[in-house]
Amino acid sequence: MDELKDIVLKYVTEEYLEADSDPITYDSPLISGGIVDSFSMVSLKRFLENKYNIRIPDGKATPEAFDSVNKIAVLVREFVKA
Amino acid sequence: MSNIDSYEERAKGFSWSVSENELGYRDGEIINIGWYCTDRVCEQGKASKLALVWEGHTGAEKRYTYNDIRLASNTIGAFLRGLGIQAGERVCLFMDKIPELYLGFLGILKIGAIAQPLFSAFGDESLFFRLSNAETSAVITQRKHALKVRKILDRLPHIKHIVIVDHDGVSPLKDREVAFSLEKAGPVERLDIHPTTAETPSVLHYTSGTTGMPKGVKHVHYSLISQYLTAKWVLDLRDDDIYWCTADPGWVTGTSYGIIAPFALGVTQCVMDAGFSAEAWYRFIEKRRISMWYSAPTAIRSLMKAGDEIIGKFDLSSLRHLASVGEPLNSEAVVWSQKVFGKPFYDTYWQTETGCIVISNYPGMEVRPGSMGKPFPGITGTILDPNRNEPYPFRGKIGLVALKFDWPSRMRTYWNNEEAFRKKFRNGWYITGDRARIDKDGYFWFAGRDDDIINTAGHLVSPFEVESALLEHPAVAESAVVSKPDPINLEVVKAFVTLKPGFTASKDLDLEIMNFVRKKLSPLAMPQEIEFVDSLPKTRSGKIMRRILHAREWDEEIGDTSTLEND
Repeated sequence: MDELKDIVLKYVTEEYLEADSDPITYDSPLISGGIVDSFSMVSLKRFLENKYNIRIPDGKATPEAFDSVNKIAVLVREFVKA
Repeated sequence: MSNIDSYEERAKGFSWSVSENELGYRDGEIINIGWYCTDRVCEQGKASKLALVWEGHTGAEKRYTYNDIRLASNTIGAFLRGLGIQAGERVCLFMDKIPELYLGFLGILKIGAIAQPLFSAFGDESLFFRLSNAETSAVITQRKHALKVRKILDRLPHIKHIVIVDHDGVSPLKDREVAFSLEKAGPVERLDIHPTTAETPSVLHYTSGTTGMPKGVKHVHYSLISQYLTAKWVLDLRDDDIYWCTADPGWVTGTSYGIIAPFALGVTQCVMDAGFSAEAWYRFIEKRRISMWYSAPTAIRSLMKAGDEIIGKFDLSSLRHLASVGEPLNSEAVVWSQKVFGKPFYDTYWQTETGCIVISNYPGMEVRPGSMGKPFPGITGTILDPNRNEPYPFRGKIGLVALKFDWPSRMRTYWNNEEAFRKKFRNGWYITGDRARIDKDGYFWFAGRDDDIINTAGHLVSPFEVESALLEHPAVAESAVVSKPDPINLEVVKAFVTLKPGFTASKDLDLEIMNFVRKKLSPLAMPQEIEFVDSLPKTRSGKIMRRILHAREWDEEIGDTSTLEND
């Protein structure tokens, strides 16, 4: 169990999926799979920044870096450590 | 040699009969877009030619020949008829870019109903307004989007059927829902095509305006005439092309040039139903050997941002011609594409209301980076003096982009809103809402909008709609929405908000309000930035002065503040 990943998974599920959508996993393609579009990514980035009191530079907030819960966790941990 | 060959020669003595003759259409005869896009192409001997190659985000692939899309559109058309859908009724397509969206569009047209494609990311209020305003009879959708329809269904008495195209066969169907599977349905070899004529309504696209709610733009089957020829001469679509239009059919580009024109031309087109990623896009071009690519400035700028090195990993030599749509293509993007692809993106200018490209750059004509190009042959464009409502007698001055309203795919009206339609005209000229100037050689140069509409990533967002949504949040007292410059999307939505007593500005409230608007309207309409303020600039009569907020965001002169309250 990974608390950070679970928090992100729960947030994405609640904010971007409809109630009867197929559940997502840590590896589900969020951006390339059309679950979170590029505009909605802004709100996801904002959530992460608020939650973990970090600032993710725009250059790091790429569709690739946000494309799964696993990848998001890697990104967040990079800035939490810093 | 390009299809258009010489723009100047084509423009001389131009008549739309060029297109009518190629399509074999005679004035007064039956013209049905669905038939032209499928049956006619088969009759031309292309039944076994690939029409549509679809790829999902997992890499799943589906391939359809022209005979396949003929049968599939017949099948969907027959199914809708079997439900009792009649000619003239509105049928909404509320799906991701899956094959049923494209095939369903054609099926709806074949039975003479009106296709109403809606962007699948629309929130329930955006969806409600459009379905209510159009008095839509049926919605074709997927399980994942059906919930949004269910949430608003009790307010939509006109909806008779919700057709679920990917029902699992197990979950209970809810009120007015019916399952339909293209794979399982027996193909319908022969469908009686409804005898639509030139002025029979075909497609209803909703577009946002500065004030008021979105307006339904009504198009007719005769629109095919200019959509066909503009695709042939501007996009230079040829019989052996592999075409990729990146636009979603929820928007007019995705129907005019993502369905109607390419299929009527009998071209093979590819569709990728996946979110944006530079790697995925380049891989798609390489894998599918895309030769003609019609995309949008936001995507192009995102590709620029991803860097040039990534391009070297892919073989993009198949690319023959590139074009862009949705917002002015900045000159840097044109120069960049010439550098990395060996050819420029040709900017094309048009609107939901115009139905087809009206001002453009053309193969064989000099591309001036940053220019909109010149009016399509047969289309009269000018720059109107806003004070006299007459064309300037000389070139070079910025004014209103105006067109003589007489090409085949011009909208016929706004749905149930003739008054708004009449307001689009001044002195007989159709006013696009954009400002531009014409240079000494006849090239048009975009100079901005003439109203407050926000063009974000090529899509129009109404500040009024966003403000109305903001006011529904329990914390918001007043709101003002303006555009804010953005390096990728050109403009994004920014909201200024005052709070009701008892509420305190915070990062969490900021995010809560963003998500509130996103779910109510759409991700495009979601403010990318919210600024909490103690008060909004107003006139002494209490009107919010958005232009002051806009000027600050764009670092422009604020102008006259003599009417500003508390100045």
